[in-house]
Amino acid sequence: MTMFADNISLHLSGFDLLRNISLEVKAGAVTAIVGPNGAGKSSLLKVLTGEIAATRGDVYLNQRHLSHWPLLDRAQMLAVLPQHTLLNFPFTADEVVGLGRIPHQTGVTKDNEIVAQALDLVDASYLQKRFYTQMSGGEKQRVQLARVLAQIWQPSDQGEQFLVLDEPTSAFDLSHQQLTLDIVRQLAERGVGVLMVVHDLNLAARCADNLVVFDGGVIAAQGKPKDILSEQLIDKVFGVKSIISQHPVTKRPLVIT
Amino acid sequence: MRRVSAQSLIWALAILLPVAALVSMTVGTVSISLADALSAVAGNSVNQQTDTILFDIRLPRILLAIFVGAVLASTGAVMQGLFRNPLADPSLIGVSSGASVGASLMIVTAGGFIQSGALVGLSLVAVGAFVGGFAATLLVYRLATSGIGTSVTTMLLAGIAIGALAGALNSLLSYFSDNDMLRQISLWQMGNLSGASWLKVSIMGAVAIFLMLLFPRESKALNALLLGESEARHLGIDVQRVKRRLIVLTALGVGVSVALAGLVGFVGLIMPHIVRLAIGPDHRWLVPGSALAGATLLVIADSLARIVVIPAELPTGILTALLGAPFFVALLLQQRKDV
Repeated sequence: MTMFADNISLHLSGFDLLRNISLEVKAGAVTAIVGPNGAGKSSLLKVLTGEIAATRGDVYLNQRHLSHWPLLDRAQMLAVLPQHTLLNFPFTADEVVGLGRIPHQTGVTKDNEIVAQALDLVDASYLQKRFYTQMSGGEKQRVQLARVLAQIWQPSDQGEQFLVLDEPTSAFDLSHQQLTLDIVRQLAERGVGVLMVVHDLNLAARCADNLVVFDGGVIAAQGKPKDILSEQLIDKVFGVKSIISQHPVTKRPLVIT
Repeated sequence: MRRVSAQSLIWALAILLPVAALVSMTVGTVSISLADALSAVAGNSVNQQTDTILFDIRLPRILLAIFVGAVLASTGAVMQGLFRNPLADPSLIGVSSGASVGASLMIVTAGGFIQSGALVGLSLVAVGAFVGGFAATLLVYRLATSGIGTSVTTMLLAGIAIGALAGALNSLLSYFSDNDMLRQISLWQMGNLSGASWLKVSIMGAVAIFLMLLFPRESKALNALLLGESEARHLGIDVQRVKRRLIVLTALGVGVSVALAGLVGFVGLIMPHIVRLAIGPDHRWLVPGSALAGATLLVIADSLARIVVIPAELPTGILTALLGAPFFVALLLQQRKDV
């Protein structure tokens, strides 16, 4: 079961944002997208999650056309964490995370339990009764992460579940970056398909099963990190000279710039 | 600011509202003792005159205040959620400005009717206000809706544009009206409950109950919408349908309130805001809490309107602002101190 983009192109106000992209996000694996600013990463996420319709091509979720899924069924399978969420109302952290339970009918007791566990998982239990509007950037991002985790906390009988994250670690300190990667790996082991945009090549190389390098609206390379990461590729895509080495512990590729 | 539990606030308001209503029965140009009012409400007639004052004048007026206050404050809460802006107001969607033009137009063109038959004239103004309000909302909604859905930002701007246009039309109508019409127009714009009748109460009550039954179905969607429209969609909410429904319900509620009671300002903007400060933004409690708070404020304001300048009366709208604004400022200061 997969989330599958079949030869999609996106043309918006005179610009070709995406050209003939085919991408498969497998359940139980982590797919990471990297690429320079304006390469079309966020546009691709928007098309994949149904926020924008592709000009050409189709998106399938678990073998069914994305737009044919009823909204509620889709929300039980697919959770999306955007880059920024503007929430100006003083919800407490557990209320924000509780919003992730809206697509489910599991009852208040079960929902509260899941909310507490999700907050605990992202190291935000201490924020439970604090107001969202008074939190730091990193705390807000952790609470939002807990919200999307709560949304796909239990397996769905609709089909395999997917989690889409747009730069989930951008406001995090080192320990919370590490924590996010651990959570993402755990989810993949549980069978969830994770798709995330990240800026840090080493972070991507460390946790991705499938690495997608994006450039100018097309896929420049995709495959296992150790198969595709090369000095030429990084020079071509990012215009940066680098050395590719190996991480002494994880044995994953290490990009030194 | 520390929160109060939603249930306890709703219980407190649910007790305060009937008490305020009962006290309101006793005050006015003729004061009636609480005991008389109580026994009359319980069905034991005191005397003919008291009964007439209580049941033909004061009770309909108090009920109208309750329904109008509840509708204005709950639609205010809904609009603030829909626009994700705690300073939004039911009038943002153009309904008040449209209603105001409709009412002025009726006062100016049908002035002769109003003087000859008060009943006919009053209902003509009400119909004019309702039609004007609904038409303006429809126009604002149309302007903001394209193939990809309704943009709340465009709606906000369209609401301002239509508001400005309505203001100009209103000034134009005022310019061409005589002194008597001018006074009527400005009194109408202050909002007044003195024309309450059982017919008005029944219409307003039906609308209020209709809204109170339908709003709870949308409260989870409104909570999700506070995150943003695409976030709400990812949570399985059909955003466009929710928007359309809430805008139609608000236009209906505010349109009818404005038609029957004029422009009672302040309740729709500030009451939801105050209730949110107290119990937080969860719409499952915020909408009913605002409705009760709005009803209570309007009952108190209308009681004061009847007694501050005895034997005359002040328009209710003046009192709502006079009462609510200092309270709101006090809350803001309190909040600033806490942060």
